[in-house]
Amino acid sequence: MGKILEVNDLHVYYGSIHAVKGVSFEVNEGEIVTLIGANGAGKSTTLNTISGILHARSGSVTFEGKDLHGIAPHNIVRQGLAQVPEGRRIFLQMTVEENLEMGAYTQSNASIAPGLADAYARFPRLKERRKQIAGTLSGGEQQMLAMGRALMSKPKLLMLDEPSMGLAPILVEQIFDIIRELNEAGTTILLVEQNAQAALSVAHRAYVLETGNIVLSGTGAELMASDAVQKAYLGG
Amino acid sequence: MLHFIQTLISGLSLGSIYALIALGYTMVYGIAKMLNFAHGDVIMIGAYAGIVTVMSLGLPPVIAIILSIVICAVLGMLIEFLAYKPLRSAPSLSVLITAIGVSYFLQNIALLIFGSQQRAYPTIADFPTYNIGGIQIDGITILTLAVTAVIMIALTLFINKTKLGKAMRAVSEDKAAASLMGISVNRTITMTFAIGSALAAFASIFYGMTYVYIKPTTGAMPGIKAFTAAVFGGIGSIPGAMLGGILLGLIEQFSKTYISTLWADAIVFGVLVVVLVVKPTGLLGKQMSEKV
Ligand SMILES: Nc1ncnc2c1ncn2[C@@H]1O[C@H](COP(=O)(O)OP(=O)(O)OP(=O)(O)O)[C@@H](O)[C@H]1O
Ligand SMILES: [Mg+2]
Repeated sequence: MGKILEVNDLHVYYGSIHAVKGVSFEVNEGEIVTLIGANGAGKSTTLNTISGILHARSGSVTFEGKDLHGIAPHNIVRQGLAQVPEGRRIFLQMTVEENLEMGAYTQSNASIAPGLADAYARFPRLKERRKQIAGTLSGGEQQMLAMGRALMSKPKLLMLDEPSMGLAPILVEQIFDIIRELNEAGTTILLVEQNAQAALSVAHRAYVLETGNIVLSGTGAELMASDAVQKAYLGG
Repeated sequence: MLHFIQTLISGLSLGSIYALIALGYTMVYGIAKMLNFAHGDVIMIGAYAGIVTVMSLGLPPVIAIILSIVICAVLGMLIEFLAYKPLRSAPSLSVLITAIGVSYFLQNIALLIFGSQQRAYPTIADFPTYNIGGIQIDGITILTLAVTAVIMIALTLFINKTKLGKAMRAVSEDKAAASLMGISVNRTITMTFAIGSALAAFASIFYGMTYVYIKPTTGAMPGIKAFTAAVFGGIGSIPGAMLGGILLGLIEQFSKTYISTLWADAIVFGVLVVVLVVKPTGLLGKQMSEKV
C-alpha cells in the first residue's frame, strides 16, 4: 500500500488572502481518505491546487512519486488524477452522453464505447437520459453525471468535492454507497465533505481542516469518537 | 416580382458574407468571452493576400485561395497568442481596448505596405452570368451561396459531432471544468481563432470578388455589420450568427432596393436596436449564465 498522493506544507493564496496555511496529508493506494471542515476551511482550495487549477505559493503535491508542480490541469488528469468539482460543474447545455464523452477526452476513441457502457451499468438512470440536455437533470442525477464523467478518465485517484451537497438524505446514502463500491473496485478516493457523519463512516482515514490548517487526523472511527469532532461537526 | 427575387438573391449573397464573418465573432466570444474587434481587419488582410498571391506572385487562383485561408488562420492564432493570451485574466475592458489597438495596428500595417490607394481584387475565374427566367444571377453569387451553405453544414457537424468541436463547446461553458476533463483550454482557444479566421478568409474572397476594390480600411464596415449580425442572432450562438448574418444581408439589400440606399444602414441598426429591446439575448441567444 504505497502512497499515491502526498501533500506537503501547502500554502495557497487568493491575492493577499491566505486560504491554505501549510496543509500536509497523504493518501495511500486503495484508501478512502476524507477531508472534513466547515465553510471556508480551505477544502476546495486544496483540491483545486492538487488538480493544478490553482497554484501553491509554496509546498508540494506529489502524485505517484511525481511532483505535480507546474503541470497544467489537463495533463494532471492524464496522469490518472480526476476531480468531481464542487457544485458538479457538468456541461449544462450538452447532453448527458456528451458530458460523459468529455470525461473520456484523454482516452482513445476505441475505449469510449466500453467506457460509456460501464458508466451506464453503474448509473442506469443516466442511460435512460443519455440524449437529454444535462441542465434538465435533477440534482441527484447531475451529481451522478459528474461522478460518471470523472470516472470516464479511468482515474487511479478520484477526488470528490462535497458530492452530497444539496441532496436529499436518500440520495446522499446512494452517493456514499457508490463511493464505497468504486473504492472496492480499486479506485483510491479523496473525499471532501461538510457532512462529517457520512464521510467519517465511509472513510478509512480522515483529516479535519480548520481555517487553512489541519487540526486533527486519524482513522474514520477515531475521529467519529473524538470529542472535538463530535462538538464541532456532529452536533454532539 | 423579378425585382423582388433579384433583391432576395443579392441579399442572401451579402448575408452569406456577413454570416461567415459573424461566425468568427461569435465563436471567439463564446469561447474566450471577448469581442475580437480586429476580426474585420483579418478579412482585409485576407483580401490583400489574394491580391499579392495572384497579381504579384502570379500563383494560380486555387493556390491563392488556399494561401489566403492559411494566412488568415495563422494571423488569427498569432493575434490571439501575442495580444490576447497575455490578458487571459485581465479585466474585459483591457481586452477590448487591446482588440481595438490590434485593429488599428493591422490597418496601419496594410497602409504601410500597400498604401492608401485602393487596389483591385483579382478575377479568380471568369464566371458567366446566368439568366434564369429573366432573373440575372452571376456565377460569383451562386458560388458564394453554395460555398457558404457547405461551410455552415460542415461547421455545424464539426461542433456537434467531433471530439474537438464538443471540447470547444465544453470550454465555452466552463473552462475550469473542461480542463478537469483533460481538455487543453489554451489549445482549444487557439483552434477557435484559427477556424474563425479561416472563415474570414472565405468572406474576404467573396467580398473581393463581389466588391472588387480593397483598401486598408476595407475590413471595418463588414466587420461592424457582421458583429451586429452576431449580436442580432445572439452572440455566442453559432446558428444565431448564421441566421443573424443572412437576415442582416436581406434587410440591408431590401432597404437599399425598396427604401433608400442612404437609409439602409440606419434601418439595419434600427432593427438591431428593436430586436435587442424585445429580446436582449438576440434571436437565438441563450440566457447568459453568470459563472466564474
Ligand atoms: N476566488 C476566491 N477569491 C478570494 N478568496 C477566496 C476565493 N475562493 C475561496 N476564497 C477564500 O478562501 C478560503 C477557503 O475557501 P474554500 O473554497 O477552499 O473553502 P471550502 O472549505 O471549500 O468551503 P465550502 O465548504 O464552503 O466549500 C475562504 O476563506 C474563502 O473565502
Ligand atoms: Mg468548497
